[in-house]
Amino acid sequence: MEAIDIFSYFLLLGLLLAGARVVTTSNVIHAAVALVFTLTITAVIFLLLAAEFVGLVIVMVYIGAVIVLFLFGIMITRAPLGENAELDNDKNKTIALLISFSIFGIFSYILLNTFDRQINITEGTSTEILGQILLSRFVYPFEIVSFVLLAALIGGITIARKDNALVDEDQV
Amino acid sequence: MSAQPFLIAAAALFSMGIYGILVRRNAVMVLLSIELILNAVNINFVVFNQMLSDVLLNGQIFAIFVITIAAAEVGIGLAIVLMLFRNRQTANINEFDLMKW
Repeated sequence: MEAIDIFSYFLLLGLLLAGARVVTTSNVIHAAVALVFTLTITAVIFLLLAAEFVGLVIVMVYIGAVIVLFLFGIMITRAPLGENAELDNDKNKTIALLISFSIFGIFSYILLNTFDRQINITEGTSTEILGQILLSRFVYPFEIVSFVLLAALIGGITIARKDNALVDEDQV
Repeated sequence: MSAQPFLIAAAALFSMGIYGILVRRNAVMVLLSIELILNAVNINFVVFNQMLSDVLLNGQIFAIFVITIAAAEVGIGLAIVLMLFRNRQTANINEFDLMKW
């Protein structure tokens, strides 16, 4: 067993522990911080797999922007910040465990039986080539996804801002 | 290194996200669990890309697309949660039962 294998096992163990913390902790801020750990370990795994650009995009987009958005959402909706026993719906726990374990069982059975190939990484991914492919072969999906992002952001602003006309009607 | 540990870990992360969606009561926590699921999908895309040594880097490019859609989804989702909170003074999804009989 090589050193890189042992390193990747530790990383995957940390990934699973942090992911379990996201869904089991009874403190909302701790859940967001555990998601930061999960995403950081994912970025390190991508670096290990020589997908440097995707790892850096994870760090910038997720850890930089999405987590901040989540923390804003937690604080604006005034979720109780400390320990909160009400965070989980206890009567759903048994069936949720059943469903998630069966999904995990099916997936791992199929994955273990189908893919037993080795990953051979000889060199890193060139970001220049990635950009060239993104803007030649995938240029239509790229433009469509950027338009979707723009539409989603405008839609988010429109939904979230206070509608002055409605506020006036309520006050009358 | 073998591809299987990565794929199993991604499957475990996916099922953890399913568990979180089913169990959590706060809508923001449900969105966090959806992020876990999308993250598991990203790991699978990149692992398959490197396993197949794809010259066209389809897996990595799709991972970037998934990240973009996830960012859009978080923006819209939090805006909807904010609007629900403003109208109902709660973010607990089991109290949004207006369309349930």
